[in-house]
Amino acid sequence: MTRYLLLPLAFALFNTTSAQDDDLLKLLGEEETGPEYTTAAFKSTRVINGHSLENTAHGVLDFRIGHRFGALNSGANEFWGLDQATIRLGLDYGVTDRLMIGIGRNSYQKTYDGFVKYKLLRQCDAGCTTPVTLAFVAATSINGIPQSTLWPYPEEDRPFYFSHRMAYSFQMILGRKFSESVSFQLNPGLVHINLVEKADQTNDIYHISGAGRVKLSKRVALNAEYFYVLPGQIPVPSEEEQAAGELPYRNSFSLGFDIETGGHVFQLHITNSLAMFERGYITETTEQWSDGGIHFGFNISRVFTLHNPKPKR
Amino acid sequence: MSAAHWNNNETTDNMNTFKIAILAAFLLPVAVSAQDRFGTRNGHIAFFSETPMENIEGNNHKVSSVWDATSGALQFAVLIKAFEFEKALMQEHFNENYMESNTFPKAEFKGKMTGVTAEQLKKPGTYDVLVEGDLTIHGVTKPVKTKGTLTVEANGTIKASSDFMVRPEDHGIKIPGMVRKNIAEQIAVRVRMDYTRM
Repeated sequence: MTRYLLLPLAFALFNTTSAQDDDLLKLLGEEETGPEYTTAAFKSTRVINGHSLENTAHGVLDFRIGHRFGALNSGANEFWGLDQATIRLGLDYGVTDRLMIGIGRNSYQKTYDGFVKYKLLRQCDAGCTTPVTLAFVAATSINGIPQSTLWPYPEEDRPFYFSHRMAYSFQMILGRKFSESVSFQLNPGLVHINLVEKADQTNDIYHISGAGRVKLSKRVALNAEYFYVLPGQIPVPSEEEQAAGELPYRNSFSLGFDIETGGHVFQLHITNSLAMFERGYITETTEQWSDGGIHFGFNISRVFTLHNPKPKR
Repeated sequence: MSAAHWNNNETTDNMNTFKIAILAAFLLPVAVSAQDRFGTRNGHIAFFSETPMENIEGNNHKVSSVWDATSGALQFAVLIKAFEFEKALMQEHFNENYMESNTFPKAEFKGKMTGVTAEQLKKPGTYDVLVEGDLTIHGVTKPVKTKGTLTVEANGTIKASSDFMVRPEDHGIKIPGMVRKNIAEQIAVRVRMDYTRM
């Protein structure tokens, strides 16, 4: 009788031990991992012209070269735009993983620009539940064209202030990496221009914008972005003005590819905007996709790690 | 009468067996936990890729491992995202482009570490051990066999170390031609574990 009772017991025992051998690691208990934030929703800190929800990492300096050729419809004599060039040179730096700052110089209206971008919320993969990334970008630009061109009035009639050169942009970026390959963001905002050209133009220009990307392979992504300026803020030039060469405002739309090669990201795109800072591409785009007013362009980003925030062990 | 006597006896017998079984049930878990098991959550695994173009080093200080000295069974779980690099972009590319850590979050090892007797484990000293088993990286399992050393410290904890090579290609990790010169064909893996008795 004893034998019969002990036999199943022995089996039970044998089974438990072998089960434990199968997964010894369970003995360590549940793993405690800190919050794990989603990475690489976009390959770069810019989608094309506008900011993406990504920041440069803490301690990383990003040297950016932006280049836009002339418009495709400028004709054979201009080699379909490739004879012309508009350039932005910029330096971005990650102060922390959430805070990023940057400066740039544009050949478009000889403009200097600077911005601060802060991530308020970060989308989480594990350890927390934040479903989206929420960032804010505050940017400013200083128009650098000579005063005589910018201000054709005699100084004693209408004094010129340095602030006339300045414009500001505030943008909220609400975005999510939906899957390994698909990310989307909404980035509504406001551009404030201190000095506008016409009496009927508002100084504050509101826009609702969005951008998205689809990864085509591990190293290539397709991006698109659209800036929709709410109607009634930028006046349409009269027929006489249009006849004199003044062009009505158009919304900025861009399509592009991100190609990643180690420390570089190459962004190749076509866009109807020429400028690479907010006041320029959001409020001063006049070309139209439908009649060939598109520019081929590229951004090159090269990162340098200036400081490694991780403690040495 | 005699039948009743037998019956009585049998009942007593059954009772005794039952008691033994209960006793055994209580004692056995104790016996199991008294086995020589060693574990850690803070093991260190580093890897090195050395090429004339650049050197890449990743460090993971959150490696989980348990070694059952009685059976020799050894297991590792390595969270891929816990590898830290000198450059943030290296870490992003490591996870996104090579290890695909969202799809394959962990590397695992299941096998045996042998070469040390129970007697040796009781006194300080350094011993050569053999580690054999299945290494799963990027969802692809390959057998590995490597030598290591095991040091028993005076306080009863043990340190284990091993160095071996892994080929990314063996684990289905594709390296495009463009960066082929920047990543070594053979990646040196360094394992340094401080186990405590469980």
